[in-house]
Amino acid sequence: MILSAPVEYVPAGRLRIADLSRLAKRHPLVAVGGGLLALLIVLAFAAPLYAGDPLNMDPFARLQPPSAGVWFGSDNLGRDVFARTVFGARISLIVGLTSAAGAALGGLLIGIIAGYVRSFDNIIMRVMDALMSIPTILLAIALISLTGPGIAILIVAITIVQLPSVTRLVRSVALSVRERPYVEAAVCGGARLPKVLWRHILPSTIPALMVQCAIVCAEAILIEAGLSFLGIGVPPEIPSWGNMISSSRLYLSIAPLTVFAPGICLAVTVLAVNLLGDGLRDLFDPRAKRRR
Amino acid sequence: MLMRDSIGDDVLLDVRDLETHFYGEESVTRALGGISFQVKKGETVGVVGESGCGKSVTALSILRLLPKLNAKTVGGEVRFQGRDLLQLSDREMRQIRGDQIAMIFQDPMTSLNPVYTVGRQIAEAVQIHTNASRSDAMAKAKEMLRLVRMADPERRVNSYPHEMSGGMRQRAMIAMALACSPELLIADEPTTALDVTIQAQILRLIVDLKERTGTAVMLITHDLGVVAETCQRVIVMYAGRIVEQATVTDLFARPAHPYTQGLMRSVPDRRRGRQRRLPEIPGIVPSLREPIVGCSFAPRCPFATGICSEQTPILHDVEPGHAAACWRAEEVVGA
Repeated sequence: MILSAPVEYVPAGRLRIADLSRLAKRHPLVAVGGGLLALLIVLAFAAPLYAGDPLNMDPFARLQPPSAGVWFGSDNLGRDVFARTVFGARISLIVGLTSAAGAALGGLLIGIIAGYVRSFDNIIMRVMDALMSIPTILLAIALISLTGPGIAILIVAITIVQLPSVTRLVRSVALSVRERPYVEAAVCGGARLPKVLWRHILPSTIPALMVQCAIVCAEAILIEAGLSFLGIGVPPEIPSWGNMISSSRLYLSIAPLTVFAPGICLAVTVLAVNLLGDGLRDLFDPRAKRRR
Repeated sequence: MLMRDSIGDDVLLDVRDLETHFYGEESVTRALGGISFQVKKGETVGVVGESGCGKSVTALSILRLLPKLNAKTVGGEVRFQGRDLLQLSDREMRQIRGDQIAMIFQDPMTSLNPVYTVGRQIAEAVQIHTNASRSDAMAKAKEMLRLVRMADPERRVNSYPHEMSGGMRQRAMIAMALACSPELLIADEPTTALDVTIQAQILRLIVDLKERTGTAVMLITHDLGVVAETCQRVIVMYAGRIVEQATVTDLFARPAHPYTQGLMRSVPDRRRGRQRRLPEIPGIVPSLREPIVGCSFAPRCPFATGICSEQTPILHDVEPGHAAACWRAEEVVGA
C-alpha cells in the first residue's frame, strides 16, 4: 500500500503575488484579459477624478479636432468626446457585469433544478426554448415600452435574453454530475435534496458557468450598445457608447473620433472579456493543463 | 418451505417476494422476479451472481434508490426491524438511509466528492443524522478514519480524495458508511475496483469491523472467493431470481443448483492442476423482457428435463438451512 507521500500544501484563501505571477505565466490569456478588464473598470469608475464633464455643451466648439483641452475632440453639440467615452464605459460595464451576474445566478438555480429534478426538466426547458425564440431586440422593446427607457429595465431585458444559454449549460452539467457515484452516495447517506444540489451538484457547474459568464458579459455589452444605438437602450442624456455612435454617425467624415473612440473602446472591452473567458476555459480544462 | 421458520427477534431484514420492474420504450424488464431472503443481526450474507442478475437492483430496491422515471418496485415487502420500508414516506426513508442502512459502492475513485476533504465528507454524514456540531463531527471523522486503520488519520482528515490511493479511498468510504453505526451495511462489490492485495486488506477490514460493531453485512459480489472468505450465508441469484441459498460451508461442499455448480467449475482451482481452458456454462442469460416460462436456467442446464421448461421451480429446502430452486435439486446435490 502506498503510504502518505509528502503533499505540497498550499494554504487556501490567501492570494500571493507569487501565485499571481505563476498564473500569468501559465495562463497568459487570463492575465491579459483579466488585467485589461480590471484596468477598464478602474478607469471607468475613477472617471470623475480625471475627465471633464461629459454633459457640458459648448455650441461654439462643435466638432473640434483633438487638442490639449479636448483629447478626443468634441462632438456635434460641443461635448468632450474623451469624457463621454470614459463615462460611457461605466454604463457598458455596469450593464454587462450585472446582467451577466443576473443571468448566471438565475440560470444556475433554474438549470440545477432542471438537471436534477427530472420531472421539472421538460417544463423548464420548454419555457427556455420559448424565451430563446424571442428576438432580443423585440423583447427589449416590449419590456422598455412597459416602463420607459432606463438602465434597470435594460439590465432586466438582457438578463432574460441571456438566461436560456446559461440554464442549458448548467442543466447539461447537472445531468452528467447527477449520475456520479458520489451523488448517489450522498443520497444513500440520507442527504436531503437542497443539500445534494448545493454541496454535490453546484460545485461541479462553477467552472463551466464562469466561462459562460464571460461570454454572456461580452454579449450583454454588445446588446446594450446595439439597443442604445437604435435609441431604445440607455436614455440619450446618459453618455453610453451606443448613444455616442448613434448621435455622431452623421459626422463620421468630419470628426471620425466621435465614432471611433467609443467604437474602439467597445471592441477592446468585449475583446478583454472574451480573452478572459477563453483563458478561464483553458484554466478549468484539465486536459489543457500543465503544458508548460 | 422457504426459510421462513426462523422469524424471530434476530431477523434484521426480511425481504419477501420483492419484485422490481424497469420500464423501457415498449418493453418491461422484470429485473427482480419475486425474491425472498433474510438477513439476521450481525450476519454476513453474500449475494452472488453474474452481471445483470439483479444483485445491485436488490440493494437499490431495499434502499428505494431506483431511478424514479423508469423503475418501480411493483410487489413484495422489505421488512427492516419490523417496518416495511416500501411503505415509508420519503422523509422516513431518508432518516433510515445512512443511519440504519448504509451502503458502500464499487468504485472508490468516484464515490467521494472531489471538491471536499475526506474529513468533511465523513463529518457531513454524521451531521445529517445527529445534532453533532461541526467540530464534534470532525472529531468523529478522525475517529472513524482511525477505526478503518487509515495511515496517519490526523493528516488524512484534511486530504482531498485525489491525494489518496484507491485502497485509502475505499477505507474512507467505509468510514463514512459506518460513521452512524448502521444496523446493516450493504457493500456493492466493494473490492472489484481494487488490486488484489488491497482487496484482501479491505475484506479483512470489513469482517473485522463487522465483528466489532455487530453490523450485519450484505456483500454483493461476483467473486466466489470473496464469499468463501467473508460470509456466513450465501444467496445465489440468476436472472432476477434466487436460485440457491445456503451456509457457505454447505454451498461450497454440496451446491444444489446446476447454476451454482457451473459457477464453481468456472473458478480456477490449483488442485485441479494446469488446465487448458476453464469449463464454461453454455448458452446465454435469458432476456428479462419476455416472461420466462419454467426454470430460467433450463436452456443452459445439463440436468434439464421436460418439467423444467414448463413450470417454474420454487425455492425449497434440500436439507435444513439449504434451499434451491431446482426441480432436480436432490439429484444435483449428489452429482
